[in-house]
Amino acid sequence: MSNHSDTVHHKDNVSAKMGMWLFLFTEVLLFGGMFLVYAVYRYQYQDQFKLAAMELNTGIGTLNTIILLSSSLTVALSIAAMQKGNKFLSLVFLYCTQIFALMFMVNKFFEWSTKISHGLFPGSKELLAKPNGQILFYGLYYVMTGLHGIHVIIGMIAIAFIIVFIHRDKVTQQDFIKLENTGLYWHLVDLIWIFLFPLFYLIQ
Amino acid sequence: MSGKNNHTIGYGTYIIVWIALLAFTSITVTVAGISLGKYTLVIALTIAAIKSALVINIFMHIKFDEPIFKVFLGLSGATLLVIFILTFFDFLYR
Repeated sequence: MSNHSDTVHHKDNVSAKMGMWLFLFTEVLLFGGMFLVYAVYRYQYQDQFKLAAMELNTGIGTLNTIILLSSSLTVALSIAAMQKGNKFLSLVFLYCTQIFALMFMVNKFFEWSTKISHGLFPGSKELLAKPNGQILFYGLYYVMTGLHGIHVIIGMIAIAFIIVFIHRDKVTQQDFIKLENTGLYWHLVDLIWIFLFPLFYLIQ
Repeated sequence: MSGKNNHTIGYGTYIIVWIALLAFTSITVTVAGISLGKYTLVIALTIAAIKSALVINIFMHIKFDEPIFKVFLGLSGATLLVIFILTFFDFLYR
């Protein structure tokens, strides 16, 4: 009998994960559309994209890449700890993830406020005086990294819920699909950044 | 419990993957500093693809999960590729 209930449980987890993967693919297509717009305009305005990208701070972009990759590691470690039944360690890793995510957003805040104080934001006089290619670059920069930033915030909220669930033993060694699915979402946010980083910060 | 869905990866594997990801990041930043003309973009995207493969296979467990997820992943990747190719054909030869 217990064998039977295990099978049912196993099937549930697969469909829960399947739902998550399907959702992730809608996200891939959402960002994919934006990458497509980026690709076409970069092809059309190669030199102006290079000029505009010079203004971006490669150092802060690299730092944010390292932070986000590390946050992905701590989520993966948190799941591994939960699989081993170590509730405490799993929580510690999730708190680390939250700290990394917060660091990422703080960097983003300083990066954006520097750009905005230089008059580089959509619709500003300084930006509108520039050629079309540079206006497009900054439009794409704000929309794509902005949407990514919103995803980071949503991920932080989701992880906060998981932390509460683990504290209340709603997510346990026997049933941690919520933690796994949240992890998948977080890795997707990391994946998108892996492409955003070279396309915006590393154009030479 | 089914062994398939519960494949445990040790902490060590994750840390090795993380170190590899950081190494690729430093490579891509270094390469971007060198002027390689039109190859710069190709190299940057190749490294991004390698990093994605590491994250998807190990961090996201796709390598150890049900094969259906690989099918999903392939389908969404193929969809995206078709959209890119068709758009560029339209854009370049219109």
